[in-house]
Amino acid sequence: GIHSLQSHMSLLTSRPATMPKRKLPNEKLEEIKDGSNLEEKRIQCVFKSESGETEGSPFELPVDISREKLQLVCDAVIKNDEKVPYAFFVNGVEIRETLIKSVGEDVLSNTESALEIVYQPQAVFKVRAVTRCTSTLEGHADAVLYLVFSPDGRYLASGSGDTTVRFWDINTETPAFRCKGHQHWVLCLAWSPDGRKLASGCKGGKVCLWNPRTGKQISRPLTGHTDYVSTLAWKPLHLDPENRYLASSSKDRTVRIWDVVTFQTHIIISGHSSHISYVKWGGTDLLYTASHDRTIKVWRASDGVFCRNLEGHGHWVNTLALSTDYVMRTGAFDPADAKIVHEDVTESGEELSLKAKVRYEEVVAIGGAQGGTERLVSGSDDATMYLWKPAESKKPVARMTGHQKPVNEVKFSPDTRLIASASFDKFVKLWDGFTGNFVATLRGHVNMVYQVSWSADSRLLVSGSKDSTLKVWKVQDKSLMLDLPGHSDEVFAVDWSPDGQRVASGGKDKVLKIWRS
Amino acid sequence: MPQNEYIELHTKRHGRRLDYEERKRKKEGRKPHEMAEKAKKLRGIRAKLYNKKRHSEKIQMKKTIKMHEERKTKQKSADNDSKYGNPSYLLERETQIRAKILSNTIKQKRKEKAGKWDVPIPKVRGVSDAEVFKVVKTGKTKRKAWKRMVTKVTYVGDGFTRKPVKYERFIRPMALRFKKANVTHPELKASFFLPILGVKKNPSSAMYTSLGVITKGTVIEVNISELGLVTNAGKVVWGKYAQVTNNPENDGCINAVLLV
Repeated sequence: GIHSLQSHMSLLTSRPATMPKRKLPNEKLEEIKDGSNLEEKRIQCVFKSESGETEGSPFELPVDISREKLQLVCDAVIKNDEKVPYAFFVNGVEIRETLIKSVGEDVLSNTESALEIVYQPQAVFKVRAVTRCTSTLEGHADAVLYLVFSPDGRYLASGSGDTTVRFWDINTETPAFRCKGHQHWVLCLAWSPDGRKLASGCKGGKVCLWNPRTGKQISRPLTGHTDYVSTLAWKPLHLDPENRYLASSSKDRTVRIWDVVTFQTHIIISGHSSHISYVKWGGTDLLYTASHDRTIKVWRASDGVFCRNLEGHGHWVNTLALSTDYVMRTGAFDPADAKIVHEDVTESGEELSLKAKVRYEEVVAIGGAQGGTERLVSGSDDATMYLWKPAESKKPVARMTGHQKPVNEVKFSPDTRLIASASFDKFVKLWDGFTGNFVATLRGHVNMVYQVSWSADSRLLVSGSKDSTLKVWKVQDKSLMLDLPGHSDEVFAVDWSPDGQRVASGGKDKVLKIWRS
Repeated sequence: MPQNEYIELHTKRHGRRLDYEERKRKKEGRKPHEMAEKAKKLRGIRAKLYNKKRHSEKIQMKKTIKMHEERKTKQKSADNDSKYGNPSYLLERETQIRAKILSNTIKQKRKEKAGKWDVPIPKVRGVSDAEVFKVVKTGKTKRKAWKRMVTKVTYVGDGFTRKPVKYERFIRPMALRFKKANVTHPELKASFFLPILGVKKNPSSAMYTSLGVITKGTVIEVNISELGLVTNAGKVVWGKYAQVTNNPENDGCINAVLLV
């Protein structure tokens, strides 16, 4: 009995000579590294666009194909007229060097169906990272509170605690105009999308308009708010060719839409029970307002009618960002057409409006099935963010948790694929722009991160913090690229010019710094 | 004076008397009358001491009443009075009063170059060997007296291990070893509980510095990374000197003032 069992066992354990030895995963990898099996290892692939349609029929590709060769193959298959660089993704993992390194063994062994490679077009132009501070612009008598470049990157305007707005000549990096008109700190600035007017809001509730070429105020200031103005938002160029309407949100719980031609209040929108921290004018003529009463309300801008209430946050809603923000900010100006010498804009308002509309539709369409509408992301003091599709429903698409302290600013990348969030917990986090999934944490700052700004090609991100440094991050590697110290006190405002050439930063040390590559 | 928590334990287990609340209320009601009686009846030195104590109590009470009154009137936040403008995202938040920016490494380098320490406590009463060391008698007949035990607070490093007991001349008891100090920033007037990095100099003797003995006036190095300071070059400042201001062996804690 026992002996027979033992012999039986020995039969089971010893492999017969005819059966091939089962290969362990390590050995398999070594074989591939040897190079002897490389030509044999091929895999069926098919290119798939973001919207889910497959281009062409499946074909065989060697497993060790590099990204550059993949780009060439893709160009041939897609038959695009322009040369557009692509980023390739398999199962959500980006292909950096070769196909096999990013994909892994087990996927390769599955030879039943063709491997789907999703291709994402990237920006054709490439923005160079800023590395040095070319000038320190003094002039303000108090902290610089807000900085913004004009839509074509030609002018730079800054608002400060010394109640003045200053225009700076970017080419010579010297002061151009000093605009007095407010009696209190200038809290927010907004360029009209055609770049011909600048609106500024102050702590006393006054909104003033300025002409960037002469530095003079355009007629009368717009008074009406009883408490400070937190943000300003112009009507987008594709909806309003003459840039007539401007929305301002205030601590007095109202949003006023001003008619800039008659200098009167067009509509007053009230409904919030607490201080309104942000207002955004959407591309479909909807107004989005975020408030300290923890809600975001959607209004119809044409008549001020309340549409929807977006609830979910547990604390003050600090900031809002729309996926179409960048394209509406730059209006008719395409960053790809940027030139070093700025040219005068000669087209009429109508033509610019049409151009802006074309660009807007393009950006909304990015993402295929996942895109198609404007998306809104809101950041709050409860350390979470929500992703909404406000034109469709009042339920959030995703809740983005991960930060440990209040989220100060959120920004969509210009190609709407990523969201960057700056928080008081010293981190900048990146999230997927369509699903809200977490992508990466960018660590480096030693104190609260106040603001972030994207470069026009969505490949670089600059962040300004309370620790007086700016940091440039490389989005593809999700790592720190450059550290830009130099400010002697907190950095309150950062902006990357839409033509990608300069970054301007200003803060509590009362100086502006211009950074170039 | 109860030495342990048996009173609380009893109340937890058996509860209080049924008329406890009533009796407490009445006792508190009698208190102002009793205090007034006391103030009237006391004479001499006792009266003086009592009056002094009462005066300081009254000052404190007045301060708290004033604070409460402020809350009733206006909710004006501090940023209206702040010298510098704040951006809109910082407006509703209470921010700490900020001291001017410290150009840390530059100042420290200058001080080191000068050689002299510009410290808050320049002159300290030196501590003698007899005060710091206690003779420990060892040996079979307890006659050998070469070992010394340190009676002051010490700082030993992170990876400290004692020498073999047979060869150990200086004994630094564990109870007198401290890792953290209460450091006050002189300008911000804020105190932080920071880990000690090392003893830089003990004014009494170089031997005490090497042993890590901390007495009043000793300059220690503390880890200030939690303050989040950054130099102009962008580097994070994480160590600074502080001078000890109390007698730690008497108080059980190390109080120091940061040298900026």
